[in-house]
Amino acid sequence: MQIDKNLVMYLEKLGRIELSEEQRAASEKDLQDILTYMDTLNELDTDGVEPASHSFPVANVQRDDVVTNAAQTEAILQNAPNQKDGCFVVPKTVE
Amino acid sequence: MEWEIVMGLEVHTELATKTKIFCGCSTEFGGAPNTHVCEICAGLPGTLPLLNRRVVEFAVRTGLATNCEITRKNKFDRKNYFYPDLPKAYQISQLYLPICRNGYIEVKGENGEMKKIGIHEIHMEEDAGKLVHDAFEDCTLVDYNRCGVPLLEIVSEPDFRSAAEVLDYLEKLRAILQFTGVSDCKMQEGSLRADVNLSVRPKGQAEFGTRTEMKNLNSFRAIERAISYEARRQIELLEDGEQVVQETRRWDDNKGISYAMRSKEDAQDYKYFPEPDLPPIEISEETIAQIRDTMPELPEQKKQRYIAQLGLPEYDTSILTSDKAYVSLFEDTLALCDSPKDVANWIMGEVMKLLNDTATLPENMTLQAKDLAAVIHMVKSGKINRGTGKTVLEKVFTEGVDPEKYVADNNLAQITDLSALRPVIEEVIAANEKSVSEYKSGKTQAMGYIMGQAMRALKGKAPAQEVQKILHELLDS
Repeated sequence: MQIDKNLVMYLEKLGRIELSEEQRAASEKDLQDILTYMDTLNELDTDGVEPASHSFPVANVQRDDVVTNAAQTEAILQNAPNQKDGCFVVPKTVE
Repeated sequence: MEWEIVMGLEVHTELATKTKIFCGCSTEFGGAPNTHVCEICAGLPGTLPLLNRRVVEFAVRTGLATNCEITRKNKFDRKNYFYPDLPKAYQISQLYLPICRNGYIEVKGENGEMKKIGIHEIHMEEDAGKLVHDAFEDCTLVDYNRCGVPLLEIVSEPDFRSAAEVLDYLEKLRAILQFTGVSDCKMQEGSLRADVNLSVRPKGQAEFGTRTEMKNLNSFRAIERAISYEARRQIELLEDGEQVVQETRRWDDNKGISYAMRSKEDAQDYKYFPEPDLPPIEISEETIAQIRDTMPELPEQKKQRYIAQLGLPEYDTSILTSDKAYVSLFEDTLALCDSPKDVANWIMGEVMKLLNDTATLPENMTLQAKDLAAVIHMVKSGKINRGTGKTVLEKVFTEGVDPEKYVADNNLAQITDLSALRPVIEEVIAANEKSVSEYKSGKTQAMGYIMGQAMRALKGKAPAQEVQKILHELLDS
């Protein structure tokens, strides 16, 4: 797959970020390098190997349905850029 | 031209677990903002989700109750999107291997015969936070209490052809979710939400038309109205030679119209990939067997049992099993007074009338089985008559009075000493000479009036057949 400037700008849009021209050029190169590395992996013969989404052979790591957390609103809101009435304040979003 | 409506449903239901899907925060509805939030559901870097096992159990229960195949090897996938209701910037969901597939629910079809509505899949996912627009400061406030509450998304096949089929499906699905304990299904609290995908096509055409998706349908009534509005809108467009645009539309129930939401053309690129933070879930045959064996009785099974064991008519059983609240009241009351048909009649008659009159949803009803049983018992034993029973039940229902105490305090018990009736009736006869002479001259309908006067004098507390008997003795001789 070929990464170009348009694709980087599309990803910016999806990620709601804006890069400078220099960052854009750098991202284009970095993303291309990552994909080229993936292509190297694709050269491996994986016929007969079951696709895996995890590297460790574990399954069913689960917990019981028991409430363990108490309210910690202040701590949670520490990272809020702005807060009001116990809520995070973000720029207006329209449906 | 004759048009056919084609619909499919996506139903989201919040599960009745105590905690969220990936952390130990409470799922309780209505807490102060951001009081049920921890570093995991707030999406802080370096945290890891840990799956609530009840969610898997509830998903399997729902799948078994809707005739689905259960996926033995499950995994979660990551659905990426950037929006402030989702602090991680992705929702953990299931795309490639949903936990249940290929099920169905039977609904009443157009000709009265049963029709299968296919269930394409059921998958597990997490709910998002709540956004509130702050008009005063023109910004958005975010509350993450709901973020991470477990959801099942139940996706039907496009098998619906009328609003009636949609509503019947939703009622059956709601009953299944309630009876299995999977969800309380309170639409007004958002624990049951339905999106309707709708298209129209000329009757007989095989291909589907272009569909729209309708959101924000908060009641069965809104669903019915939105379907009728959207079908008419699409048909008018096509008849005017225009095209239906594939889009998401938001229903405004106050105005009775829907409008297109912001175009999704560039937003619907979720870049799904397998969720690396959660190991796979393997569901063994033993687990499925165990869940099947401990599954609560479903509405259809209850219906059959009521018919076979209690001898109730099918009509009664359909109504009683339409909501879990009716079933609980019925079964608990029946345990206290052994008379199925009486209990059924009181619930289907008086209780439902009171719910309707007071615009109360069954699940919010405070009437207790012991009080309903007490009223039924007093009527059956003849302590009060049926009319008084209705009055007492209304007092119990609206004011929570104790029925026996209320009857005693207000002196409503029937007159049991029949010798006390005769003097009162003699007085009524003496006071109504005109009607009495009319009756004696052959106008038998005058008896109704005299009877009414007598019952009034007795304050409705005498057995009507006794009063009538005495009247005939006194007047016919």
